[in-house]
Amino acid sequence: MTKVTLTVNGRAMSGECEDRTLLVHFIREKLGLTGTHVGCDTTQCGACVIHMDGHSVKSCSILAVQASGSTITTIEGLAGQGELHPVQAAFKEHHGLQCGFCTPGMVMTAVDMINREGGSLTEEKVRAGLEGNICRCTGYHNIVKAILAADAEMASGRQAAE
Amino acid sequence: MYATSYHRASSVEDAVKLRAAHEEGKYLSGGMTLISTMKQRLAAPTDLIDLRHIAALRGISIDGREVTIGAATPHADVAGSRELRAICPAICELASHIGDPHVRHMGTIGGSIANNDPAADYPAGVLGLAATVITDRRSIAADEFFTDLFETALEDGEIVTAVSFDAPEKAGYAKFNNPASRFAMVGVFVAKTSSGVRVAVTGAGSNGVFRHSGFEQALASNWSADALSNIAVDSSNLLSDLHANAEYRANLVKVMAKRAVVAAG
Repeated sequence: MTKVTLTVNGRAMSGECEDRTLLVHFIREKLGLTGTHVGCDTTQCGACVIHMDGHSVKSCSILAVQASGSTITTIEGLAGQGELHPVQAAFKEHHGLQCGFCTPGMVMTAVDMINREGGSLTEEKVRAGLEGNICRCTGYHNIVKAILAADAEMASGRQAAE
Repeated sequence: MYATSYHRASSVEDAVKLRAAHEEGKYLSGGMTLISTMKQRLAAPTDLIDLRHIAALRGISIDGREVTIGAATPHADVAGSRELRAICPAICELASHIGDPHVRHMGTIGGSIANNDPAADYPAGVLGLAATVITDRRSIAADEFFTDLFETALEDGEIVTAVSFDAPEKAGYAKFNNPASRFAMVGVFVAKTSSGVRVAVTGAGSNGVFRHSGFEQALASNWSADALSNIAVDSSNLLSDLHANAEYRANLVKVMAKRAVVAAG
């Protein structure tokens, strides 16, 4: 067993696991944060997307020991005190989900997209950015709509703050 | 996944030592192929030697037209480098279409070429640019590096540390994605370099990435998509599988080559 230490959603957390333990299983089973999902076994679906040191990654394709020492944000870390993150609010507003299983990965991917290209997202860019996330319910239209709405909302928030 | 032991290397020398101490060990870079393969129990290294935290293996340096990309540089960094895009946009474009955004944040150029997947994008870019693969013990010309499916000139325990090349006069890459996996069903990289025109094809060859001399000669005398129209693509040494038979791939090789020339301008 190896000790893995991470900063998760702003808090230092650690746990012991086998070297072969996937990061997503460590997060769900050792840290008890079950918002991050496992939707496939082949690195394709993106339900497990989290942010590691500021970049979106598939936590099902990284060992927990590989991630040790890094800073992680999961879906649980997005909302403020009782208030949804603008991307979460936009998914709710625009009905960007049906069953909800892929949603944590979709939201984390959307936040990463906005972090990288905020204010300049287009439908084409959003659809390309969703390449690694699969939704079997919505047909993606409302997800795309929600991400574009959140991007616009966050861009106007940034402008107001300046 | 079978049990394995993880080791984090702090330097290239440290990695080489760790690998020497673990005969059945494997180097781990971004892990975007290796971890998936281990999950499927198609690979079972006793030990993993992680190269991702070696600072010296990371980053892009540009000196005039000479480009060096550290082996542990993720695809997203290559795709997003403004300095590199200014002198060789084709390699940035190629990197920007590997896998998906999350894979591009982890996967590395060194890992990709050391694995030499017959449907990977980087082998076409590295061969097309006449790049040099630099390892912990020598420099290997791209023409000598890719030897067969998942096979390279790397010796046991040898580590790719960087890839270097001179920015070409012009270059372009076009690929036809496998609609399910997004790997290249066929990808063609064309480049006009100081040493001549080069055309490298990935996704199609039975022995992995290869150069197409007929296309190279045609483009050398007339750099245009039309110049390729009457050049035959031999399908006899191309892959045939449930996604595309050899004849279909042969046709795609020509179509992608033409698109790559158009993209190169």
